[in-house]
Amino acid sequence: MAELAKATVETAEIDELHSPLREFWRRLSKNKLAMVSLVFLLGLTLVALFAPYIAPYDPINGIMEESLQAPNAKHLLGTDELGRDILSRIIFGARISLRVGLLAVAIALSVGTVLGSIAGYYGGKIDLIIMRFMDIMLSFPSLLLAIAFMAVLGRGVENAVIAISIVTMPEYARIVRGSVLSVKENEYVQAARAIGNRDAAIIFKHILPNVMAPIIVRGTLGISTAILETAALGFLGLGVQPPDAEWGTMLGSGRGYLFNAPHLVYFPGIAITLTVMAFNLLGDGLRDALDPRLRQ
Amino acid sequence: MEPLVKVRNLKKYFTVQASMFGKPRAVVKAVDGVSFDIHPGETLGLVGESGCGKSTTGRLILRLLEPTAGEVFFNGRNIFDASAAEMRNLRREMQIIFQDPYASLNPRMTVGQIVAEPLRVFNLAAGAELEKRVRELLSCVGLAGYHARRYPHEFSGGQRQRVGIARALATNPKLIICDEPVSALDVSIQSQVLNLLKDLQKEFGFTYLFIAHGLNVVKHVSDRVGVMYLGQLVELAGDDELYGAPLHPYTRALLSAVPVPDPKVKKERIILTGDVPSPVNPPDGCRFHTRCFRCMEVCRRRPPEFREARPGHWVACHAVEGD
Repeated sequence: MAELAKATVETAEIDELHSPLREFWRRLSKNKLAMVSLVFLLGLTLVALFAPYIAPYDPINGIMEESLQAPNAKHLLGTDELGRDILSRIIFGARISLRVGLLAVAIALSVGTVLGSIAGYYGGKIDLIIMRFMDIMLSFPSLLLAIAFMAVLGRGVENAVIAISIVTMPEYARIVRGSVLSVKENEYVQAARAIGNRDAAIIFKHILPNVMAPIIVRGTLGISTAILETAALGFLGLGVQPPDAEWGTMLGSGRGYLFNAPHLVYFPGIAITLTVMAFNLLGDGLRDALDPRLRQ
Repeated sequence: MEPLVKVRNLKKYFTVQASMFGKPRAVVKAVDGVSFDIHPGETLGLVGESGCGKSTTGRLILRLLEPTAGEVFFNGRNIFDASAAEMRNLRREMQIIFQDPYASLNPRMTVGQIVAEPLRVFNLAAGAELEKRVRELLSCVGLAGYHARRYPHEFSGGQRQRVGIARALATNPKLIICDEPVSALDVSIQSQVLNLLKDLQKEFGFTYLFIAHGLNVVKHVSDRVGVMYLGQLVELAGDDELYGAPLHPYTRALLSAVPVPDPKVKKERIILTGDVPSPVNPPDGCRFHTRCFRCMEVCRRRPPEFREARPGHWVACHAVEGD
């Protein structure tokens, strides 16, 4: 009896070891760059969440007498042309950049996944129509297309999110379609049909879980693209409107002082670079950790 | 007795090349006019070389593929007329065991979830009842209850195939199509799985369509055997009849290649020359005439009729007509 109990415990332990989530975490935690990025991004998220408590100054109302100061003890990253503390503005800017990045990817990913899996699963005319439409969208430079959508939708952060998610969506649709095309040939998908599943159940239970790896990876990489495009739209004056703090807008308004106060563009630029890099490195790490071919 | 499955003039052509606007340029005639019956409780073996259309036939009978032409009657009902909802209901009665136990189980689902899925889909059991039923099914195929929590990649090929069998049993179907269920397994495991299938048939009275590429595996399990060549059925007869007195030259060539475990027996082997012609462009007349050792003038011109040469023994060959 005791032996039996021991045996059950052992099998339970084995089951624990083989849990795919654990296996995934074990592999991801081996990748130092990805872990550093993950810690950085978690830190950034906390900073963004608690911005009002962390930021030393008001990001919107500056002190005119202290304008265009170089970094010093009072203002660690200096001040801008209106005397606003740059560190505070970067901290508040993180809120917008992260939110826009995550939101735009979430929208683009879900719409793209649905369209891509319908095109890939059903094929034929439906596939032809959906994918040619995606190709048309991909044939325009994405920023140009985003600007065109902004022109229709009007300025503002919400519209920037919508514009960015529309222009990045075709890429997700293509990736999902390609993966669905290869996964749906597997016999387990035929088995799922043979046991009487509906198409929706086959797509969501049997196909999509097996194409998640490339989607997740592309999603993390997509966050950085979305942040960059928000910055670009902000730089062009279409995204976030002054006086709200956003990294791209800060770059845009700081460029006039590039020669006498370069810190106005350095620091928001560094913030964008670091965040984008962190998302890219994390994406690479996720790709490696999720690739079953690398499983030992 | 009314047959459980009636297959009539079944055809499936695949488009291999399409022009830019989807107009077919070349078609593979994977299944080209196949007719046969499957009687309740029997095992019908279906053999042929790879690419002869036997797996396609199996998938057409389950309507996993849509046919180009022809009918399949299941319990007297033409399944190709059934609506999507009716078809889902019919699937409860017909199941399939796949060839590749590595590809036929979803790697992201536990064995328990895989076996429980058909029961969930048809609302046959829920909660504790479902768990109990899954354990019963697993023990039916020789697996233990705790295996339900594991993932397919933790099992060997033979064990995985048992999981596939348990899934096919779950809804207690009438017809099970076994699509080369042992050809991906080690020889030592093959007979285990074959015996399991036989035992289950005895216990539950399943009807099998057993697809295989070797006559020896099929002999072990079948009551009747059909031989396919290039998308067509060339011979169909009872087990003993087919192995004892084959009529079609192709069947005779196949049988002469089955090894006999006795070195003293001198067998006359019939060696077929040439390759199987492409199903994109099959030969005129009898499809086998390019490789047949009894080929006559008429074989090149006119395809032979599939007819009952002796009671219960069907064959498609001009040479047999002359006998």
